[in-house]
Order: sequence, then C-alpha cells, then structure tokens
Amino acid sequence: MKLNYEHLQAAHCENGVTTSLLQNIGVHQITEPLAFGIGSGIFFVYIPLIKINNGPAIAFRSLPGLVFNRTCKALDIPVVRKKFSSKEKAQSYLDDCLTAGHPVGCQVGVYYLPYFPKEYRFHFNAHNLIVYGKEGDNYLISDPVMETVTTMKSYELERVRFAKGALAPKGQLYYPKESRLVTDDQIREGIKNGIKKSVYDMLHIPVPITGVKGIRFIAKRIRNWRDKLGVKNAGLYLAQLVRMQEEIGTGGGGFRYIYGAFLQQAHAYLPKDELLEISNTFTQAGDLWRTAAIQASGIYKGRIGNQEDFNLMSDYLLEISEIEKQAFTALSKIKW
Amino acid sequence: MSSLGKITKEVCYATDESGKYTTELSKGWDVKITALDAAWDEIADRVEQAKQKVLKGGASPLLYFMEKALMDTSILADYTGFWQWQIKRHLKPDVFKRLSDKKLQRYAEVFNVSVADLKSMKFNEA
Repeated sequence: MKLNYEHLQAAHCENGVTTSLLQNIGVHQITEPLAFGIGSGIFFVYIPLIKINNGPAIAFRSLPGLVFNRTCKALDIPVVRKKFSSKEKAQSYLDDCLTAGHPVGCQVGVYYLPYFPKEYRFHFNAHNLIVYGKEGDNYLISDPVMETVTTMKSYELERVRFAKGALAPKGQLYYPKESRLVTDDQIREGIKNGIKKSVYDMLHIPVPITGVKGIRFIAKRIRNWRDKLGVKNAGLYLAQLVRMQEEIGTGGGGFRYIYGAFLQQAHAYLPKDELLEISNTFTQAGDLWRTAAIQASGIYKGRIGNQEDFNLMSDYLLEISEIEKQAFTALSKIKW
Repeated sequence: MSSLGKITKEVCYATDESGKYTTELSKGWDVKITALDAAWDEIADRVEQAKQKVLKGGASPLLYFMEKALMDTSILADYTGFWQWQIKRHLKPDVFKRLSDKKLQRYAEVFNVSVADLKSMKFNEA
C-alpha cells in the first residue's frame, strides 16, 4: 500500500515533516520557513552541569514536537499524537493509520537508523520522518533531510521508534487529524503569534541560560574553558557547539538563516518593512555564528589555542547575543 | 565532503545577490566536517583506553563495547533492561565471567555481536 504523498526535502527534520504533512492535507501555503516561524522553532539553551556525549548540552531549537503542534494549533488543525508502551500496539496503530490514508510523522532515534552514515549515528532521539506506506515487510519512508525516499524493514523501524536514552521517542507518532482549508488570515495570525512566542523565548524567559541571555552565559563560560578543561577538551566542547549549530537540521547558522527566510516570507503576508530589515539582522547573526564556528574549528583542529583565541570566540558570541537582542526587541515593537 | 554528503546533499538557506533567501543544496562545510571528525577521534581514544583497561584486567569487555556503542550505563540500562547498579557490577571482570549466557545475550543483542564475541571482545565492524 502506498499513499498518495510527495517527498519534500528540508533543512530541518521537524520543519520538513510539518511542512510535508500539512501540504499533503491541502495547506499549500505552508513552507519550511513558515512552519519554523509559526511554530516558534528558534531557541537557544545551554544547560551547564548536564553533559551530552561527554560534551556540553546546547540546543538551538525548541523541544521536539513543538514546531508541529504549534503550527497546527495556529492554523486550527487538530493533531493526533500518540506514545506507546507496547511495540506491537505501536506497529498496529501505525498500520491502521496508513490503511486509513494518513501519512504519519514519527519521532525516532538515529543510532540504529540504517540509511544514515555511521558517522551520524549518535544517541540522538529527536529525529523525525514520515511513513507513507507499506509494501510487504517494508515501510516506505520519507526522511526530510534526505534527497530521496527510502524504505525500512519493520524491525528496523521498530528499533528506531523505540530508541532509548534522553528524549526516548516511545514509538511516538503524530499526524493532522483531518484536512482543513487554511485562509491567509489564519497564516497572518499564525505569523504574528509565532513571532510573539519567539520574542518571549529569546528575551523574557526568567532564567539566565536560555535565549540571548543563554548565549551571553555560554560566551562568558567559554572564556574559562581553556583553564578549566584543558585545550583539548575545551576544543571538543567547541566542536560539539559547532555540531549543534551546523549539523543536519539547522540549515546553517543555528537556524538564523531559516528565521531570516521566515521573516521575508512573512513580509509577503504582512507588508511591514521592518520585517525585511530584521531579516537582514538575522542574516548578520547567522554569518557571525559561522565566523564563530570557524574560530572554534581553529581551536579543535589544534591550529590555535591560546587564551586570546578563546577570548575572541567568547567575544563573537557576546556580539551575537547583542545583535539578536536587538533583532527580537525590534520584532516585539512592530505594530501589527 | 561530509560523510552525509556521500549519500545526500543537504538543504541550506542562503541569500542571493539581492538579499533574498533561497535554498541551495550543499555537500557539507569543512568546519562542520572537522567538528564531526574531532568528535569521532575522541570516541576512538575512549574506545582504545577502554580496550587497554579490559586487557589489563581493570574492567570486563562490557566497557569496551559500551564505549564503542557511545553508551553510558544509563542508556545501556534502558536498552538491556538491567538496572544501572547491575551493569556497574557486570563491568567487573570477575562478575562478568560468571554471567549466564542468557544475560550475556541481552548485551550481545544491543551491541549487534554474538555472545562468544562479547566474551572475547571481538567487534563486528559491519
């Protein structure tokens, strides 16, 4: 059985799944940047004390599942989302969905994901893909970060759906419950609310480790990494930062470029010229994230590694924090 | 080329000359390729250290497979269904030697190796 479904490649998995599933039920306006912006995917958090893969815990995005949920909510589309304790039930529920004609989004771990190159298989459980059919024992898979569709045996799919560790997916699946016509007005409202939420997330969460304050916080920490961890481990920490920022999914610059694209597309719906100016500011921030990544790579490649090099890295992030603070403040001041 | 670049190009967002955002397909970026390499070099170090420790009798082969699989006792506990304190015991060579094949089988499945290989620390690279 193969559902009528068109594969779509995206920069980030959850944006891609959201965009695909919504387009598939007839919401043709939706694009990856719009899903990312309406779903308020942009974020920053650095959690000291917790370690992931022996490195710092850093995220450039909101928690998995939020982009899909928020985007659907904004567009008034009911969502079905389920977790399972039993593997058998998880599979039969998936089969029923496919029989009922729903392509389904699944949260999976990448460690056992067969079509990923070995180098990418970390214990990372917040990957998303779409199952759009089943032929014999093979599930038809559309993974938004891949150029083409692929397949997985039922036991392979079960293994990644029940990956273990932090954010274990527990067989989680989700899809829009029914088709709804979405008006441009709904998109406009969604854009405004999405921006509002992101402004809150990046500026106003009252803890020092999230949003622009979080970027400042890690910038200050980086200054001490060399003394505290030694050059080698400090380099590995920076490598982890760069991977979180640039690896598959972020579309580069820690999502800043996608957010810039979102603001440009938002302008087509809400012709406020501020949106274009602020989009440029995000491009600047994205570029500076990349400059910082190059500086970091000098350190983890062992080419540089003096305290001044760490200080410069820190200064870049302080500057980014300042730029993004301005950008989100400007967004909060737009009179809609 | 990035290791992902061998099997797929990635979508990236970038601005064109007029400042308008478009998507392009990228084969990877040197900076992030080396970031990934750095991570794997570190893993290789940890695996080698684990191997030496096992050979010297400081730990059971479990330590080697655990590092090789990028796991810690917490993830391994989730996958095998053992408690973390049990796994910590199994990491001791003497305790490991006395484990039943049934228990070893649970580890072997998670690491994709046979029980015999698990005991002899032979890793199936495929």
